[in-house]
Amino acid sequence: MELAALILATVITAATPLVIAGLGEHVVERSGVLNLGVEGMMIMGAAVGFAGAVLLDSSWTGLVIGALAGMAMAAVFGLFALGLATNQVATGLAITILGLGLAGLIGQPFVGQPRPPLAPLEIPGLVAIPHLGPALFRQDAVVYLSLVLVLAVGWVLNVSRAGLVLRGVGESHVSAHALGLPVLKVRWQAVLFGGLCAGLAGAYLSLVYTRFWSPGMTAGRGWIALALVVFAGGRVWRLMAGAYLFGAILIAQLHAQAGAIGIPSQFLSMLPYLMTIVALIVLSLAGRRGAGAAGSLGQPFVPER
Amino acid sequence: MALALAPRRSVSRLRQVLTPLVAFLVALIVAGSVLAAMGKSLKIAAEVYIVEPLTSSWGVQEVILKATPLTLIAIGLIFAIRANRWNIGAEGQYVIGGMAGGAVAIATHGMGAPWILPAMLAAGVLAGVAYGALPALLRNRFGISEILSSLMLVYVAELLLDYLVRGPWRDPKAYNFPKSVNFDAAATLGPIAEGLKLHWGVVLALVVVVVAALVLARSLFGFAVSATGEAPRAANFAGFNDRRLTMQVFAISGGLAGLAGVIEVSANIGQLQPSIGQGYGFTAIIVAFLGRLNPMGALVAALALSMLIIGSETAQVMLKLPFDMTRAFMGLLLLCVLAGEALTRFRLVRT
Repeated sequence: MELAALILATVITAATPLVIAGLGEHVVERSGVLNLGVEGMMIMGAAVGFAGAVLLDSSWTGLVIGALAGMAMAAVFGLFALGLATNQVATGLAITILGLGLAGLIGQPFVGQPRPPLAPLEIPGLVAIPHLGPALFRQDAVVYLSLVLVLAVGWVLNVSRAGLVLRGVGESHVSAHALGLPVLKVRWQAVLFGGLCAGLAGAYLSLVYTRFWSPGMTAGRGWIALALVVFAGGRVWRLMAGAYLFGAILIAQLHAQAGAIGIPSQFLSMLPYLMTIVALIVLSLAGRRGAGAAGSLGQPFVPER
Repeated sequence: MALALAPRRSVSRLRQVLTPLVAFLVALIVAGSVLAAMGKSLKIAAEVYIVEPLTSSWGVQEVILKATPLTLIAIGLIFAIRANRWNIGAEGQYVIGGMAGGAVAIATHGMGAPWILPAMLAAGVLAGVAYGALPALLRNRFGISEILSSLMLVYVAELLLDYLVRGPWRDPKAYNFPKSVNFDAAATLGPIAEGLKLHWGVVLALVVVVVAALVLARSLFGFAVSATGEAPRAANFAGFNDRRLTMQVFAISGGLAGLAGVIEVSANIGQLQPSIGQGYGFTAIIVAFLGRLNPMGALVAALALSMLIIGSETAQVMLKLPFDMTRAFMGLLLLCVLAGEALTRFRLVRT
């Protein structure tokens, strides 16, 4: 593969966990819940998924186990934020702190163990396209899954009845409840889906992107996924575009460090975090301040009895 | 049978005080069960985490020393959280404060003047205020979530410090170790009395606790903070300026985090190095909640968590337990505290 195609391929790999985690949180926030525990669910997915893959010697099983670990953390979040109507911001932070700690404990025996790469899936025909073909169509299955997920989430949210209910619950839980919609049930489903996605994204990081476990390896990606949801302003395609932009920044930053272009590496490492803020400023200057956030976002719901 | 929440009409004072204590106990019991399941000795664990830090003179001083930055940062966060503003970037403001204070110490290296220490403290506070004001500014001007921007700025602050101590501020005589020069005596916040480890920062923190308690309970500003948090619309009608208040609570929490940073650097570390925080900025969020968003409560909560942090240092050797165990416990504790708060507002009823 030529260099440009190779770089494009790595950008896609770097962006994929952001796409997946961002999509999950997107659904959660559409239902009116703010789960700030993405970083914690993601790193649990990374640690537990890696441990599972090593112990069972299968990266695929690891990905599934990692996704389930993220979902388990989301269930804890739901128990408190939905079941007990605790403050969602504080509960999400607790999930992140708990996740970082637990993941460190679980991953400890696996530090330094390598994993083989996932076998790439070639899309027959398309892979023969000159230049772009090998970069776009010789990816691992999770990349394709993430694209299917974008379409599926977009369709469910915007076209299906279930999506209408979910958005209704998020827009105004009081009205939705008055209409007889099961507010808490819908939110539970959304929160668990979000955890599943965050866990899968984390497992993808440790099993496919870096192919080893190291403590704290998510390095703020969960938070960037949260920012992407704001950036998306309610549209999945914009979330995906944002994720790919960030994938490009992550990879450009790595290449710049390796290429020793005279800028200290620390400043290059700051880029993803600074760019998150810059992206949100640009969004605001474009006049879409707060656009697309669900009406009941972050407010606990206790049904009147 | 399912359970549902029903609001309580009134909450007794006793229940309010007992709630965080019970939450702390429940978290300890859960963590203890996990340790037992891992095959660790609970007797040694209790010894290491609770008895030892509280019985030796060395341990007690260490507990108070570690509680100092936690208290300072948590007090600032209480202002923000009470106003329903989320500053989760206190860790960054702490690092920037330490960095700014350290810059004064490095620039005045060898001068030995009496104004150096006050200048360091002022630099630390001001830098913390400025760095804390950034998320508030972004929120007021661009409507950007202060949660995300303050958190992102933590990474930026840590990387900036890393660059400075490996680059321009590195001590040329340190054999390539990434550290600054050792601070002079004039740049060191000294002990309260000969032979003690407790330094003047501890006294400063106690003063801050008292002042904050008075401001929150007695002043119009304290009322504006709570009113904005609990009933933003009513606070608006009462004439409290929402944006100015955002700026104020972020300036206070940033300033106190900066103060904590410069105290830690000057009194304890004595130099700048790549990592000067131990996650104090994040632990302080738990301290604030465990203290029920009350300055006196935060002081007690900071001492309790400090005890566990000291214990976890021994536990790494005695029980082969990494610091992650303590971090997981902190998350668990925050969940227990939040559940406790929920159960003071609601009771569980069968449906």
